[in-house]
Amino acid sequence: MSKEGWQDLPIGGLILEGGTATKYITGDWRSLRPVWDKDKCISCLNCWIYCPDSSVLVEDEKMTGIDYDHCKGCGICASECPPKVQAIKMVTEAEFRK
Amino acid sequence: MRVAKTGNEAMAEAMRQINPDVVAAYPITPATEIVQIFSSFVADGLVNTEFIAAESEHSAMSACIGSCAAGARTMTSTSSQGLALMWEMLYIASGLRMPIVLAEVNRALSSPINIHCDHSDTMGARDSGWIQIYCENAQEAYDSLIQAVRIAEEALLPIMVSTDGFIISHGMESMEVLEDAQVKDFIGEYKPEHSLLDIDHPITIGAIDFTDYYFEHKRQTIEAMRNAKGIVAKIGQEFGEKFGRSYGFFEEYRLEDAEIAIVVLGSTAGTAKVVVDELRETGLKPGKGIKAGLLRLRLFRPFPYQELAQALSRIPRIAVMDRSDSLNSAGGPVFTEIRSALYDLDTRPKIVNYIYGLGGRNIDLAQIRSVYEDLATNKTDELVRYLGVRE
Repeated sequence: MSKEGWQDLPIGGLILEGGTATKYITGDWRSLRPVWDKDKCISCLNCWIYCPDSSVLVEDEKMTGIDYDHCKGCGICASECPPKVQAIKMVTEAEFRK
Repeated sequence: MRVAKTGNEAMAEAMRQINPDVVAAYPITPATEIVQIFSSFVADGLVNTEFIAAESEHSAMSACIGSCAAGARTMTSTSSQGLALMWEMLYIASGLRMPIVLAEVNRALSSPINIHCDHSDTMGARDSGWIQIYCENAQEAYDSLIQAVRIAEEALLPIMVSTDGFIISHGMESMEVLEDAQVKDFIGEYKPEHSLLDIDHPITIGAIDFTDYYFEHKRQTIEAMRNAKGIVAKIGQEFGEKFGRSYGFFEEYRLEDAEIAIVVLGSTAGTAKVVVDELRETGLKPGKGIKAGLLRLRLFRPFPYQELAQALSRIPRIAVMDRSDSLNSAGGPVFTEIRSALYDLDTRPKIVNYIYGLGGRNIDLAQIRSVYEDLATNKTDELVRYLGVRE
């Protein structure tokens, strides 16, 4: 993608619209990947509450997956998933890609 | 109207007439009075300013940045260690292109701790992206602070206008002040293009730039500083047309036919002008006058190097007087930059440096006369000399 030159950018590093964080793919910073087991999940939504990057996808009060474009792999979701449920497991990206 | 005012009173009066939306500050000698006087204007209801007494200069400048981001016309004042504590935020203010106006009073930096005048505080901030204007007297400080509002808002860069600590800040002078309406009319209304408070047009301020955008944004600020030169010239001239006192990048005093000249900033120029007049009259010894001249640099950032080179090109021997040392073992900041400005001349003048007045050490007629004497007698073998220090 070609990027703007200095004469075409808004000055002062301003971003002139809201909600642009969605355009910024931070998922590639991730070294640990949350792997979600749909069958184990009880949709308590603890993970959704705690996720600092709004990367837990929910529809009709049910968890539907993880937004891997923005999840940075912090592991809070796996940590907050109730011990009796353990529907999210953190695995290394290297392991996942094998 | 002609009044008697100290430099600090003059700057506070300018601030009253400017009537900024926000002033955030923390007191420090010898600039304390500026905000102290201004705070009484706030208390007496003479201005509409939101006054924030911050808990440090770092916080004061941070509050100024927040205020500017909200689209408010914003001013502050500080000196020395206070400016040093603002350091981190100075760069953020310029990088975010915020037209903050700072009334600065030059004072030495610790250590040793000292409260008196030298230029090491603002010279330390010379690469921070702030426009810098050094004033000779209270009149110029008052006039420049009013112009600074326009300059900053047009250049979209922050600006500091400084006076020499105690010498100007606490010395009382006869000066002209404008009518409130004249100042109001001259500065006009501030109409920022963006504001964080404009919820219909959401913006992000201070987003991160990695390797992919940082350089482009810095390039913009570099260009803004280049453009600022023309803005300073235009507004200094407009001020002159309206009120009879014009301001440029520097003042040439009997420089036209000068054979030896001093370059100096701030209040010392006033003393040096007396020496120039004396030398023109009577020379070194009673008899033939000497063609001595003076260039008082007013605008240090942006640095008007082409204009300086042109003004100094005809003068065979020049001494640059620095009221701070770069501790680079090669002289003071004004010297190294002026020397560099002269490099492309076909015939380069002989140019030497005098470091003087550190920590408020008095500079008198005899010392300045000795500099001209060195130039007149070709005593220019040493690159840097220290004037008024005990050996």
